Amino acid sequence: MQSSRNHPVDSVMVRQRAASFTSRSIKTDAKQAGIRLAISMLDLTTLEGKDSPEKVRALCRKAVRPYEGAIDQPVPSVAAVCVYPSHVRTAAKMLTGTGVHVASVATGFPSGQYPLEVRLRDVTAAVEAGADEIDMVINRGAFLAGRHGEVAEEIRQVWQACDGAHLKIILETGELETYDNVRRASDLAIEAVDSAGVLQDGDVFIKTSTGKISPAATMPVSLVMLEAIRDHFLATGVRIGMKPAGGIRTAKSALHYLVMVKETLGDEWLTPDLFRFGASSLTNDLLRQLLKGLTGRYMAMHDFSEA
Amino acid sequence: MNPIASDTNEHDTTPTPGWDYSPAPERTPVDLDESYGLFIDGSFRAPKSRKRFDSINPATEETLASVSEAGVKDVDDAVQAAKAAQGPWARLKPSERGKYLYRIARRIQERARELAVLESMDGGKPIKESRDVDLPLAAQHFFYHAGWADKLAYAFPGRTPKPLGVCGQIIPWNFPLLMAAWKLAPALACGNTCVLKPAETTSLTALKLAEILQEIDLPPGVVNIVTGAGETGAAIADHPDVKKVAFTGSTEVGKILARSVAGTGKRLTLELGGKSPNIIFADAAIDQAVEGIVSSIWFNQGHVCCAGSRLFVEESIVDEVVDKLRHRMQSLRVGDPLDKNTDIGAINSAQQLRTIERYVDAGEHEGAIMHEVSSGPLPSKGFWHRPCFFTGVQPSHLIAREEIFGPVLSVMTFRTPEEALTRANNTPYGLAAGIWTNTGAKIFEIARKLDAGVVWCNTYNKFDAASPFGGFKESGFGREGGRHGLKSYVKF
Repeated sequence: MQSSRNHPVDSVMVRQRAASFTSRSIKTDAKQAGIRLAISMLDLTTLEGKDSPEKVRALCRKAVRPYEGAIDQPVPSVAAVCVYPSHVRTAAKMLTGTGVHVASVATGFPSGQYPLEVRLRDVTAAVEAGADEIDMVINRGAFLAGRHGEVAEEIRQVWQACDGAHLKIILETGELETYDNVRRASDLAIEAVDSAGVLQDGDVFIKTSTGKISPAATMPVSLVMLEAIRDHFLATGVRIGMKPAGGIRTAKSALHYLVMVKETLGDEWLTPDLFRFGASSLTNDLLRQLLKGLTGRYMAMHDFSEA
Repeated sequence: MNPIASDTNEHDTTPTPGWDYSPAPERTPVDLDESYGLFIDGSFRAPKSRKRFDSINPATEETLASVSEAGVKDVDDAVQAAKAAQGPWARLKPSERGKYLYRIARRIQERARELAVLESMDGGKPIKESRDVDLPLAAQHFFYHAGWADKLAYAFPGRTPKPLGVCGQIIPWNFPLLMAAWKLAPALACGNTCVLKPAETTSLTALKLAEILQEIDLPPGVVNIVTGAGETGAAIADHPDVKKVAFTGSTEVGKILARSVAGTGKRLTLELGGKSPNIIFADAAIDQAVEGIVSSIWFNQGHVCCAGSRLFVEESIVDEVVDKLRHRMQSLRVGDPLDKNTDIGAINSAQQLRTIERYVDAGEHEGAIMHEVSSGPLPSKGFWHRPCFFTGVQPSHLIAREEIFGPVLSVMTFRTPEEALTRANNTPYGLAAGIWTNTGAKIFEIARKLDAGVVWCNTYNKFDAASPFGGFKESGFGREGGRHGLKSYVKF
């Protein structure tokens, strides 16, 4: 594939810029609106070996109706429920007609250390089971070895196997380590899907992490990815989505991300069609802060459903 | 039918794209008197000149306080007080002098929020800058120099530094309290006493500093603060008992001072204007370089002597840089300096706004293309100018040659490093410069050949009390900060 222009990243300045978003003061109405927006952008996730149909059903319930209590302005549903392929059928059944998407990790998540045919089969099976969003992992081994063409070709094939389902490409930035690598992988992923055919806004997301590797999403890493998305938009007019995942646990931190998206990409990206949070524990802190704004009191964590 | 699907309609309240910040005013109260006297010999006194002027808030045009205008007699009183205090101050145990400086630093920190609010009210700069830049750095200058007070022998090995005597210090309106700290801290650490004149549009934080000096029991006369305009400054510089004149401000006034001080034996340091080049090579980290442009020209409304007001971009990436700069400009928030989310505050004075507008008109008249982003209306009262930049600028254009001291950037291109260097150095000024490249060798190659007191590499507008700051050519002489800065306040 054609290699894009090299976009080096200066680590000192990118950290400084990322930190500047956290100094925005988000209070009163903006805080309430931001929290609601963040809830609507959640990919409620459970990715554990011990996941059960019961847990997935509880998660779906939570996704559609994040807060069960009485509240003036209802809390929006989250964007998607994200599960392993074996739980897609359960989730799809629960979520039919709710507007909440069914996302499945695939391609040998989280390592991707499987033959390509197996990874592609994984995708097809998840789509057939009812997933309308696929969260794939890139082949970090090939990327770090410099076999960028191979990585791109695999992404193209996965995108084709998605067969209409939206694709989120997990770079696993914690394993890429450098900002230069994050930027290169972002460009590579975007160009790989872009070269496979005409893209619509939000068809494809790039995503930071599996949540299985530390560090997961950080502000500077996400900023570098947002810049790749912005550059692609300035060049083609197509809006790629973004999903930071893992490590975002508080409402305050979620609001910082929204500030970063707003000031890097603009208001058009402030929709679940183009921005998601991959998280599990974030939901209840968002709810807690939302209700604090409405009632003036902090509720106990046990007032919110787990799952 | 899915059992939970029926719940969804009432929950389908996904907001439409878009989200704006609510007003976030900084509300820390500031205790201001209606009028202020001159701070001479440890106390505030009415001016013998009987003249007063108002200090206004440039964001609202409301009067904040009435300030005294020091006449020749007032300046003489201040210099005499400083002269009388100088011997005992210099003979004080150096570690004791250091203690006073530490106390000032700590008191500035304790009152930082209040001082930041006042700085923004009096000068128009956004609270996030006065809070995060001006105040921490002002405190740091006192802390840093407090440490030197009893270690001067180590600053100048093998030599015996002695104080100069009374120092007359005249500071500008762009970083009022910070410039006061830059001037006072090294002078005091070295055993000198001071007569300081803040700029006439921004006297108030210096007067608050005088209150702090009283609070920490600084011996009377060690620091005297006389407010006023150019005539007051001239009276300080002309006073025969002033042994050293330190000035930060315009090159025009600097030249007048240099003439008046010539042949008197007085020491002089000048930190004057600039038209600093910011050079972006094609191999730079472009997104971070764009951030660097933002902080180099739009920091403090461009009221920065070292502002990177001439941007040189390698021709192959100029379109990308210009597009990204336009894009980035959209997220800059212009407005109420006291709102914590404001990026660009008010222009310091009506006079400065007229100056900026004159240059912008000249730029358009000479054929350069102006780019600005209109993000809502500006407040009806006060002095405002949107951030902007010009493309299609020729080196001969007025906006490429003269210091504008406003949020106005001139973008030019180059093809080779040699051309970049030649054009960067083609200016009467030599205060600062920026280089953006991912190639380490190029940084050293270019930085070495730039005629500038400060060269920032892959960053811009970074300051530290330990780092010397000052200019070449018409940007002045002498250094402030670090060991080099101490040298301006001692003799051997």
